[in-house]
Amino acid sequence: MRAYVSLALAGFRRYSTYRQAMVAGMATNVAFGLLRMAVLVAAVGQAPIAGYDVAATTTYVWLGQGLMAVVVLWGDKQLADRVRSGDVVVDLYRPWHLQSALFAEDVGRAGYAVLVRLAPPVAFGAVFFPFRWPGFGTAPVFVISVALAVAVSFGMRFLLNATTFWLLDNRGVQALYTALTWLFCGLAVPLAFFPDWALPIVWSTPFAAMLQAPIDIFLERGSPWPLLAAQGFWALVVLAVGHLVLARAVRKVVVQGG
Amino acid sequence: MIEVRELRREFTVTTKVGRFRRERRVVRAVDDVGFEVAAGEAVGYVGPNGAGKSTTIKMLTGILVPTSGFVRVCGVDPARRRRELARRIGVVFGQRSQLWWDLPLRDSFELLRAVYRVPKADYASRLRECVDLLDLGPFLDTPVRQLSLGQRMRGEVVASLLHGPELLVLDEPTIGLDLESKERLREFLADLNRERGTTLLLTTHDLDDIERLCPRLVVIDRGTVLADGALDELRAEVAPERVLVVDLEKPAELVGLPGVRSSRVESNGLRHHLTFSRDTTAAKVISAVAAQAEVHDLAVVEPEIDDVVRRLYARR
Repeated sequence: MRAYVSLALAGFRRYSTYRQAMVAGMATNVAFGLLRMAVLVAAVGQAPIAGYDVAATTTYVWLGQGLMAVVVLWGDKQLADRVRSGDVVVDLYRPWHLQSALFAEDVGRAGYAVLVRLAPPVAFGAVFFPFRWPGFGTAPVFVISVALAVAVSFGMRFLLNATTFWLLDNRGVQALYTALTWLFCGLAVPLAFFPDWALPIVWSTPFAAMLQAPIDIFLERGSPWPLLAAQGFWALVVLAVGHLVLARAVRKVVVQGG
Repeated sequence: MIEVRELRREFTVTTKVGRFRRERRVVRAVDDVGFEVAAGEAVGYVGPNGAGKSTTIKMLTGILVPTSGFVRVCGVDPARRRRELARRIGVVFGQRSQLWWDLPLRDSFELLRAVYRVPKADYASRLRECVDLLDLGPFLDTPVRQLSLGQRMRGEVVASLLHGPELLVLDEPTIGLDLESKERLREFLADLNRERGTTLLLTTHDLDDIERLCPRLVVIDRGTVLADGALDELRAEVAPERVLVVDLEKPAELVGLPGVRSSRVESNGLRHHLTFSRDTTAAKVISAVAAQAEVHDLAVVEPEIDDVVRRLYARR
């Protein structure tokens, strides 16, 4: 366990070494936030849509801008690159559970992202625009929800990366994944904007658990417990499937290169 | 320490045949390999590219599952008990890094200490010793990405020793290093083997590594063991001739020397290269030469290790 805590701390430190990247990322993030806000506020300005008034919409936008870096919506390819190059041998002979080790590092990364990627856009939105803070009781629930969102996102990205063991090149899967998350996690528009018939479908994907769930908990849209339950369910499922996939991959793995 | 019998590993390779068809072919990367390494030995595992060296090493460390055959490292089956084994052996892949690229060297070491659960005191003393011997002090706090290859390799070796492994497996540890870095690393490894009794198994293309470090050599090619034995024995077996180079005071012709099979003359008869077989001794040849002419200088040349290995490959 101590090893995994150390790995999480290392994950935190690894990302904190790239300060300029962080500043650049934040600037882009705020610029896009302004754009998204302009479009959505124009839509809800006349009359609220699906319960989203102006304050709820701006809160949704800035929270989403911040959370997207914490839960990494676009997938990553760290492990995939290591599989492709064969460097994964180093990860495989360590006395650890590879998936847990990577998860620990990702938790560290997410912790750092909360400080520098979530807090600034939310503060920016709260200072300059109408913003809806939740009640005190909601705060801890929101924290748990974000943690679960990170777990689901990590599990999904791990599976995505693991496809490289078989495909060697997973750029196609990666592109598909990015398209799906963008649509179904509630980043393009709130999931509540989807037509009624589509709601049960979009809410039953793991993507909803990655972004829309914590946002809805923050906005206190209905009871948080079903959302948390769904997030917990998806976290367990994707992590368990990842574990099985890794075990299979290790049995059949062809380590690339000499 | 290592026990390998009838080890075999096959890979399926698909090649394109025509526009749509693909042909699947089974390639045996390792075919019926067997050898044993006792505790405290230092063994060189050599062979040309594609001989199956790295595949064997991956099976020894439990990363690859053998197709068939028997492997025991430190008494355990590597593929089944990979994590347990990992705590007892160290592995260095010359072409891959086990350090955290964006963290200082020291942080990578600290992380490995946690991963391998090394007691603090053991860690501190091992690190201090390694840092002194390999002179890591000046760049312990430099991020790994900024290290030179030579510095990084020293870091890699230390990283694989922090948990005090019984066996250290090195896959081309000196690849790409300059002469001085190579020499320093070899000295360190030789010391490790001698003083601490750490068993070494290393693959390399640089036969100087073997010459300096490994009294014993296992040569493989195309997945099978070609030869296994002491470097000197292998030399005697495949390269039975040595050369005596004599410089004479005055040009002369040397005739009727015992055991000399061929000779070559340079510098108008001043320098003679005399090739003689191992059933005679250098001393006999020298005294025979001295009886015929006044000797200014002489040297006995052993066949180059490259030569020995080349002949082993050719013998197939």
